[in-house]
Order: sequence, then C-alpha cells, then structure tokens
Amino acid sequence: MLDLIWLLPTLPLLGFLLLVLTEGRLGKRVAGSIGAGSVGLSFAVALLAAISFLQAGVDSHVVPLWNWISVAGFSPGVNLYLDGLSLVMMLVITGVGFLIHVYSLGYMADDPGFSRFFCYMNLFVCSMLLLVLGDNLLLLYLGWEGVGLCSYLLIGFWYDEPANGYAARKAFVVTRVGDTAMAIGLFLLFAQLGTLNIQELMQAAELEWAPGSALPAITALLLLGGAVGKSAQLPLQTWLPDAMAGPTPISALIHAATMVTAGVYLIARTHVVFELAPEVQLLVAWIGLATLLMAGFTAMAQSDIKRVLAWSTVSQIGYMFLGLGVGAWSGAIFHLMTHAFFKALLFLGAGAVILSLHHEQDIFRMGGKRRQLPVGFLCFLIGGLALTAFPYTSGYLSKDAILLAALDAEGPGFWLWLGGVVGAFFTGIYTFRLFFLVFFGASRGHDDATEVRGLAMLVPLFILMGLSLFGGWIPVPLDAVFSHGTGHEEHHVSALLHGIMIAAPLVGIAISYFCFASGPKRAEGLVALPGARALRRFWHSGWGFDWLYDALFVRPFVWLARVNAKDLIDSCYAALVAATRAGHAWFAHSQTGNLGWYAFSMALGLIVVLALGMLS
Amino acid sequence: MIVPWLIALLFVGGLLAWASERFGAEWPRRVALAVLVLELLLLASLLGGSLQAGWLAEFNHAWLPRFGISLHFAVDGLSLLLLLLTAFLGIVAIGSAWAEITERTGFFYFNLLWTLAGVVGVFSAIDLFLFFFFWEVMLIPMYFIIAIWGHENKFYAAKKFFIFTQVSGLLMLVAIVAIAWFHYLQFGFFSFDYLDLLEVDMSRNVEFWIMLGFFLGFAVKLPSVPFHNWLPDAHSQAPSAGSIILAGVLLKTGAYGLVRFAVPLFPNASAEFAPVAMTLAAISILYCAKVAFAQADLKRLIAYTSVSHMGFVTLGIYAWNELALQGAVMTMLAHGLSAAALFMLAGALQHRIHTRDLFAMGGFWRHAPRMGAMAMFFSIAALGMPGLGNFVGEFLALLGAFQANQVLTIVSAFGLIFASVYSLWVIQRAFHGKFPEASLDPGRLPDLDRREMAYYFAMVAGLVWMGVYPQSFLDLSAPTLQALLEGQAVLATPGAPQP
Repeated sequence: MLDLIWLLPTLPLLGFLLLVLTEGRLGKRVAGSIGAGSVGLSFAVALLAAISFLQAGVDSHVVPLWNWISVAGFSPGVNLYLDGLSLVMMLVITGVGFLIHVYSLGYMADDPGFSRFFCYMNLFVCSMLLLVLGDNLLLLYLGWEGVGLCSYLLIGFWYDEPANGYAARKAFVVTRVGDTAMAIGLFLLFAQLGTLNIQELMQAAELEWAPGSALPAITALLLLGGAVGKSAQLPLQTWLPDAMAGPTPISALIHAATMVTAGVYLIARTHVVFELAPEVQLLVAWIGLATLLMAGFTAMAQSDIKRVLAWSTVSQIGYMFLGLGVGAWSGAIFHLMTHAFFKALLFLGAGAVILSLHHEQDIFRMGGKRRQLPVGFLCFLIGGLALTAFPYTSGYLSKDAILLAALDAEGPGFWLWLGGVVGAFFTGIYTFRLFFLVFFGASRGHDDATEVRGLAMLVPLFILMGLSLFGGWIPVPLDAVFSHGTGHEEHHVSALLHGIMIAAPLVGIAISYFCFASGPKRAEGLVALPGARALRRFWHSGWGFDWLYDALFVRPFVWLARVNAKDLIDSCYAALVAATRAGHAWFAHSQTGNLGWYAFSMALGLIVVLALGMLS
Repeated sequence: MIVPWLIALLFVGGLLAWASERFGAEWPRRVALAVLVLELLLLASLLGGSLQAGWLAEFNHAWLPRFGISLHFAVDGLSLLLLLLTAFLGIVAIGSAWAEITERTGFFYFNLLWTLAGVVGVFSAIDLFLFFFFWEVMLIPMYFIIAIWGHENKFYAAKKFFIFTQVSGLLMLVAIVAIAWFHYLQFGFFSFDYLDLLEVDMSRNVEFWIMLGFFLGFAVKLPSVPFHNWLPDAHSQAPSAGSIILAGVLLKTGAYGLVRFAVPLFPNASAEFAPVAMTLAAISILYCAKVAFAQADLKRLIAYTSVSHMGFVTLGIYAWNELALQGAVMTMLAHGLSAAALFMLAGALQHRIHTRDLFAMGGFWRHAPRMGAMAMFFSIAALGMPGLGNFVGEFLALLGAFQANQVLTIVSAFGLIFASVYSLWVIQRAFHGKFPEASLDPGRLPDLDRREMAYYFAMVAGLVWMGVYPQSFLDLSAPTLQALLEGQAVLATPGAPQP
C-alpha cells in the first residue's frame, strides 16, 4: 500500500490534464466530479497509506519513481519520501483540500470559468503534494514553484479586472525573490555537500559542519529567505493581503491552509541545518514574533472581511515561525495542522457570508447578521474561538505547545513568550471585532440576505467545525522526525504564567465585546483621539511596507526601464553610423570638380609632406 | 556518408521548392515540408549509433589540398541534438509561414531551406574553412527573408543584421587564417582541420588575440551585450518564420561555436578570459531582461528576453564544467522551443490584428483561450518553471557556474526574478485585463485552429519531455562534453578513422 503513494500527486495531475484537454467543454457536473473526485480519491489513498505506514512501524519509506537528472554526480530522482512529517502534510493537503474542493462545487457553481477553476486547483494539489513528498530539494523546489504558479493563476482567476492581475503578479514576483534566495541555497548546499537529497544532506551537514560556523548559517539564511517569501513573513509579507483578490475557496486552500505554510514545512524539513546555526534559528523566532505582532495590529485596522483573515493568517504563521525558532518543531507543525482546520473554516464561512450578502466584503456594512446567517455565525464562532485559542479548542492546544516551548527556551525565551501572549491578546481583539461587527449590533445594510444552501457547501463547513473544535486531539506522529529537537515536550510552568496565557485572548475578546458588540460607535470614540487616525491609517496600510517597496524597488526599476526603453547601447551604434555618414559627407565636399582647387590641395599636401620629412 | 546528404537535401530541396512555384503558390511549402520531414527522419536514423565510439557519422574528402582544406564533416551527440532542433524548428517555421507568406512563396521557401542548409553545415563542419563557408551561407538567405518579407522597417533591420554578422564574421575569418598560419609555422603544412588545429601551441599573447577573434564572431551571433543590437530589429521586422529560425536556431550557432571551437582551441586564453565572458553573460541576463520589460512591441520584447536567456548559455559555457555545459546545452534546446513558440504566437497575433503593440491588446483570453493558454505555457516555461526544459537548463547552468564563480552566479540568479516580471507582464497586457472593444472587433481574433495547435502541442511535448526526463538529451551530449572538458575532440578514438 505504501508504494502506492505515487497515486497521490498523480490523481490530481490526471484531473488537471483531463480538464485542460477538454477545454471547458465538459458539463459542470462532469468537470466538478473530475475536479473534486480526483482530490477525494487522493485523500482516500493518503488515508490508506497513513494507516499502513503507522501499522508498519517504520520511520520512513522511500518510493523511487525515476531518475530525473543525472549529470556529473548530481542525480536528483523523482522519488517520494514518506515519514511522519510528510504524512501529516499530505493528510492536511488532501483532506482539507478535498473539503474545499467540495465546497467550491457550490461556491463556483455559477462561474463561467468553473472548469478552469478546478483545473488550476487540481494542479495546485498535485504540486503541493510533490512539495511535501519530494525526497530531494530539487523536487521540493518543483512543487514549491508549481504552487506559486497556481497561486498566481488563481489570484488572477477573474482576469478581466486589472487589479486582480496586479495582485497575482505581485504574489508571484515577491515570492520569487525568496525563491531565488532558496535556489542559491541549493547551489551552495550542492557545492558543499555534493547532494540535494534531504536525508543525505542532513546527515552530511551534521558530520561536516561545526555548530555555529558560517556555512550552516549562510545556508539557513538562504533557506529562510525562501520560507519568508512563501509564508508571507517579514519582510516579504506584502503579497498575501492582496492575494485575497482570488475566489474565496482559493484563499482558504492556498492562502491559509496549505501553500503559505510551505515555509514552515521547509524549515521543519531542514531543521538540522537550523540547529547547526543557532543564531539563524533564533532569527526565525524573532521574525515570527515581529510578524505576528505587526500583523495583529494590522488586522485590527482592516475593514475587509477577507483582509482581516489574511492578516490573521500572517500572524498565525508568525506563531509557527516562533515555534520553529525555539525548537518546538512538532508544535509548529501541530499548529500548522490546526490552523489549516480553523482558518479554512473561517475563510469558507467568510465565503458563505460574502455570497449571502451579494459579494459584500466590508464588515462595516454588515451587522446583526446572526439571525439571517446562522451557519456563518456558527462558523465564525467556532473558528474564532479556535483562532483565539479558547481553552481545549484545537488552536488552544497547538498555540499552547508553541508558547510553552518559547518560555522554556534559553536566552530571550521569556520575551518571546511575552510577545506571543501579547499577540494572543490582539488575536482576541481582531477576531471578535470581526465577529461582533458582522453578527451583532444593528444591521448596517443587506437586510435581504438569505443564507447559502446546498449540501456541497454546508457539509464541508460542519466537518471543519468539528475539526476546529476537536482536531487538536488528533495525534501527530512526529517524534521520529524530530528526535534531535526538544522532542516530546513536558513543560512545567507556574499556574500564574499559564493563567496569563489563557486569559490574554479572553481579555481581548472582552474588549472587543465592549467596543463592537453594539456596532462600531464606541470604537469611533477611540479613533477620534489625537493621532489615532494616523495610527489607524498606518496599520491599515500594513505599516507602509507597500509604499516603501514601491519607492525602493518598483519605481526605480520601472523608471530605469522606461528611460532606457530604446536601449542606450543601440545609440552607440547609431552614433557610429552618424559619424560615418558625417565623415562621408565631409569628404564628399572635397569632391568639387574644380581643377584649380584639386591642383591647389595637391600642392599644399606636397608641401606639408615635404616639410614633415625635412623637420623630422 | 550521410552528412553531405543532409546538406545536399536542403540545397536541392530549396531549388525544388523554388521551381515548384510554377504549379501553384501552395506547392513550395509542401515541398519544403516534405524535405524537412525527410531531413528529420535522416537525422533520427543517426540516433541509434554508439556515442562512445567517436563520431556518429563522418565524411572527409579533400577540397583544396594545397591549403589543407577538406570537406570534413562529422556529427556527434552534441551536433545531433542541435541538428534535430534545427530540422524540428524548420518544420515549425513552415507551419508559421503557412498562412502568413503569400507572395513569392517559391523564393521564400528557397531561402528558408538554404539558411537551414547553412545551419546544418555549421553544426557538422569540422574543417574550419568549411565552417566559415557555411557560416556565410546561413547569413545571406536570412538577409533576404528579412528584407523581402519583413515588416515596416525591414530594410534597416536587414542591413543592420547583415553588417553586424558580416563584421564579426570577418574577425572570425582573420582568426581562422591566423590559427592555420600558426599551424603551418609549427608543423610545416597548412591545415584547417579542427583535429589538427587542436594540436597547435601558441604563445600566450597570440592565443589570446586569436581567441578574441573567435569570441567576437560568436558573441555577436549569440548575442551577448554589447553586440546584441542587431537582434531586436531583426526579430521584430522579420516574418515569424524568420524570427523562429533566428531565435531558435541561428543564435545557437554562436553558442555551439563557443563550445566546439572557441574554448577547446584556446583553453588557456579562454580560462583567463572566462571572468570577462561570464560578466558579459551576467550583464546580458539582467540588462536585457530590464530592457525587455520596457518594450511595447511584443516581438521586440521577446527578442530582448532571448538575449537574456542566452546569457545563461554563455555563463554555463565559460564555467566550463560538465554541469554548467549540460545546462548550457539544455538551455539552448529549451530556449529554442520556447522562443520559437512565443515568436510564432506573436506572429499569429500580428497576422490577426495587424499590430505588435502590447498597448493595443488586452483581455484576449476571453476570445482566444487556446492562444492564451499557449502564451501562458510558453511564458511560464521561459521564466523557468520546474518540470519544463528551460528550468533544467538554467538550473544546471547556474549550479555548475556556482562552482566556478559564486558572485557572478548569484548576480545572474536575479535574472530569475526579472524573467517573472516581464513574462507575466506580457500575459497581463495581451491576454488579461479588458478587451479593447473600441478599437478591435473580436471577430478579427479567431482562436488557434487544429493545424496551429498541432505545432504548439509538439513544442509543449518537447518542453515537458526536457523538463521531466531530460536524461534522454543529457545522455546524448554527455560524451561530447566530457571529451571537450578533457581537451579532446571525441571521447574515445578507437572507432574513429584516422585522417
């Protein structure tokens, strides 16, 4: 059974090919069955493979498919590698992916690009599976770029609107900046260790590199570059909020549950290199902390329902980075999994709300919708509680693991923990600000809203509700993968600190209730304070990063390109041509046809030559 | 014996195509297609040969014995790959010209086949005088293709193309004569044979100057900054078939010349010169990517991207290790297909809407989704998406170059970012966004038909093959590249006939 995991990426790939080659001529029923069915089958295979993997009791299993490239000792194969980590990832990708595909059957039912949508979605699932199953970094890179491509295609899915195209290109180019750093990391790894096979690399790195030396630090930094790009962490976080231009199921699948967490996967997968570079590992923690706080502030100032969730995703991935940085490898992956459940739920719930309200996304034009949209209400209540780490929801268990590990970490551990707790407090505020503004208070528009119907959309929502509440009890078989790390953590913290951790988000919820439960009026009083408006604008813009990058990179590049559109080098050749022509014209003047002039110039020339001869 | 036939077939086929015009304007293209299919089959028959035993095919006959000039042709794995590319893209070029070229069709296909004959000669000549002869043969018919069937500014473009290549060809001729002269000084007899010239010892200074002559000849063709300026004009003005042959095949003759002649004949000078060449390569990659982004003329834009991508080839060649060389060869093949496909698309667009101006386009996906999908595929291929051939080439080139020069490799890697900027910009301008309803009737934009799709699918299949199982190609070129790295013409000599 284990050898059949090649079917995992193959089934969605076949779905993609079928949908491409039929060019949208299939009926919606058939196209939808292919699109969702291929991922469903893939999930079934993944489940069976997971069961037999756990029963077999092995640490890992390799399925070699074919030799991809073999040149001068460089021989990455197309080989799939299954261990506890890729097992968790493949189940999340196919499981949550399947639910989102089914939901999309309802959500996209009226879209003329229905078949194209599922075509891209299937390609995405295929690439994402290759990313997590590849046994070498080149195959991982293939999946890595593949998901980036699908992200681009799906953000710009409604291509008529130039703004969507802009958001799509921004996502692709910004992540490619990180990808290029990662590619250079691969060159360095191969030049130093002579392979790109991940397991061999990790063994060779441990043998050949001294902890704390320069090479692992540089390598880890380059890999981190790729990770911050893909996972939208500082300083490459700017693309994710704009990525919300895509259809909402995309935001749930790509920009919440799977692709954006690929950076977390990459670092966890290469954790040995990070352990050899403790400064860089600590940097991962600080990046995570800075991002989660910055994104928390930003989320509080958003008015678009999807942008609140997008910034919340950035913030939650910040927690995962924080976990990786303090060596809580399992905790980070655990949070990745629970986050996939509750953030997919929130996004799909948001999709239901948006669809019910005729594509309204501004939370200030909603209000009091809990009676009209009971399912949406339930989604946001459960998803919101899990997101804010309400005790014993899935998000609580995973966030707890990360924060406790931070507290245990040496050096700045306490400050990392404190920052994380402050972030949890913000999470409480922004999550329930959204919740209260949409579902409580007086209605501020769309009184005619009726909730979406249809099992295709509702069943995935209810399953995700269950997973958000109880998914934290799913055991993750990661101990064998991270035997180097802190392992299975037993934390002893004082009841006071633990109490603070639990209370922080609840206080946030209470503040949100006070400010927003009866509508935005009370909060407007706060905004009226001196300086608050400017601060709000600053947060709303995502701390001015877009402006900064625009001024630093985009404008200079475009300016440079525009002024040199005619290619400066070409004018050198044009000057050569002009000089030749001028010389030609000048000499042509001497051709007067006047015999006296010819005789005179001949005589003059003779004198000059003779004079030169005598003088020298 | 097969190699002269490969060339003769194209020369005679060209004359036949011209003559067949008397039966009707559509006859020359049929003849040309048949000739190229036959050529492709002949080449495919060479695939079965053993790569380890010297040349796959060789032909040697005295021509001007007094000067040691002979009709010496030989084909090994590297040449065969490029010859297959030539024949394949020749067929694609005919597909592109099929509906586009309606005037003087006989003379057009004559020129097309004669250019290709020159290319086949260049890829198989082992005598340097013969090599130079074919170098000129491919130039003149191409001049006519641009000057007669080109667009609004065709005479300027054709002249520029001719002068650039002619001047560089002259430098190369001087260098060829010089190395033959030094062979005479050392051995007492004239020879232009590559195998003989490999033995010549030169002083450091002499080696450098002769090497420079070769390098300039090839760098103009490649082209490398700052000798690239003929290319954007030639490409934008040539008919699509001309652009396909130019980008897909003619540029590769420059790279082939570097791999086969410039570096092996002058190993020491080339090693010294490598940092300069690699710097020029890095500048080509970044500078031309930036200029490409600013172009409003679709074909001009693609032309600049070609220069940028060929920079990876130069980078790989001057890194001079097996990884980098394989990367360079793979990039040549993959770029041949992707650039040809993009030029074919640009030509198809121009044929339909009579402009190449990106700002007159937009939202074409809605009315021509097949065209959009193809443009997307080949743009994605060009920007180096893993799983397609261009990625394998550029990744191997960079991976190998990193071992030779880390700084320049890192600088060049930024080309990967720029490539995504301009590629996606083209898609946005032409196929996404809003359709220019006011200025364009959607009826003028019929989607690709079955015949056209067949050509694109062939190129799609080629790029996927190169990306997913590149080993088929790498294995063919490996023995040649390994031999060249060891300073020999062929890897093992037992099977090769002695001259």
